[in-house]
Amino acid sequence: MNNLEITNTSLILSSVLIIIALIVDYKEQLGLGKDIFIAAVRAVVQLFVIGYLLSYIFKLDNTIVTLAMVLFIIFNAAYNAAKRAEGIQHAFRISLIAIGVGTLISLAVLFVSGALMWTPSQIVPITGMIASNAMTAIGVGYRTMNSKFKDQRQQVLERLALGADVNQASTAIIRDSIKSAMAPSVDRTKTVGLVSLPGMMSGLMFAGVDPTAAIRYQIVVMFMLIATTGFSTMISSYMAYKSYFNNRKQLLS
Amino acid sequence: METAILQAQKLGLEIEGKTILKDIDLSISKGEFVTITGPSGSGKSTLLQLVASMISPTSGDMLYKGKSINTYEPTAYRKEVSYCFQTANLFGETVTENLAFPYEIRKETFDKDRAIEALGSVGLSADYLDKKVTSLSGGEKQRIALIRNVLFLPEVLLLDEVTSALDAENRKAIGKTIRKLNKEKGVTILWVTHNTEEITEANRKIDIVDGQVKE
Repeated sequence: MNNLEITNTSLILSSVLIIIALIVDYKEQLGLGKDIFIAAVRAVVQLFVIGYLLSYIFKLDNTIVTLAMVLFIIFNAAYNAAKRAEGIQHAFRISLIAIGVGTLISLAVLFVSGALMWTPSQIVPITGMIASNAMTAIGVGYRTMNSKFKDQRQQVLERLALGADVNQASTAIIRDSIKSAMAPSVDRTKTVGLVSLPGMMSGLMFAGVDPTAAIRYQIVVMFMLIATTGFSTMISSYMAYKSYFNNRKQLLS
Repeated sequence: METAILQAQKLGLEIEGKTILKDIDLSISKGEFVTITGPSGSGKSTLLQLVASMISPTSGDMLYKGKSINTYEPTAYRKEVSYCFQTANLFGETVTENLAFPYEIRKETFDKDRAIEALGSVGLSADYLDKKVTSLSGGEKQRIALIRNVLFLPEVLLLDEVTSALDAENRKAIGKTIRKLNKEKGVTILWVTHNTEEITEANRKIDIVDGQVKE
């Protein structure tokens, strides 16, 4: 039988792993000691808080509270994605729309197909998975867009000089941004089961679910993540490229 | 009196408190062949970029056919007043991609025969269509960039030292094409150049010194 209980003693003893990381930092003079310590404390506090909060929400099983939690996750994901958007105007608004629409569409498809039930213990973790993947993908998309607009500045200018509209001058950059944002999801999907046993599937097996049932959930999750990263980065890229130009269709320096 | 095709009215540009161009007054008639010369850093290229509406002035105005260029839709304007860069940086993979682009942005089908004819006019064969842009020399790139600008004839062609990095043979080929465009097709030419031979070809010479016109 599975024992899913980790006692306080086990938890405290496992913090030896953090001490090992701190020893490595000290020996190699990485200067990361403070960061490692803060990260560990934050992880403990954040996870405990969210653990108790989720336990409360699951028990409450109230639609409005569940929706509020979904929105909270989406807002946080958008806020963090926007941090990667150096110089892109309205980055928070763009990220919020992209992550929000991407997440809601994925949830809707899963809901309609019957893969997901309207219960907080399913909706909340799935939203977290979708939004965090969309957040990372959008961040990668922003970074690619920034570097491509720097590297390909001359090509963009030449297209504009020929009379191209801003979208025609940016097509290649938008495409590259979406591609680079989707690449990790696609690679992960290709190697799933060969390189890593993903978190959701591992979690279900840990909890005693039969591996053949666990993989069904994992398949749905992989499809969902590819769709969300693609859809969200498409929205964010098509909204973000415009901020590299002014209203006279000139490329800003 | 005929309205000038291009007219600069007290055109000025300041960037971070530094004056790049000051009170430029200039009138260019349709069909003129004008060279713009001056020491490097005097603001010649900047003036061309202002005329091309690739950047906007901080003072004064630029008129095209008697109306401020700000009243034109930028993409429509740039199709009529076409700017050719000093160093051609062809985009995409092949020459065809570059020559098809002017058609693409006009939502027209690529006219291969017309592209081959244009390549011939600058001394390049039809084989060039399939060549990778990375395999081309600087002179070949510049010639392809030039025809990319004139596949659809503009009213005004702005040339920014397009021959400065080229050998005599390439310079001659490009010079010939530009003269032909001016004489036979009536395209107005504004050409920033240091080459004395090219300057004598023009029917008017403008000097830009320290951001101001000395004609």
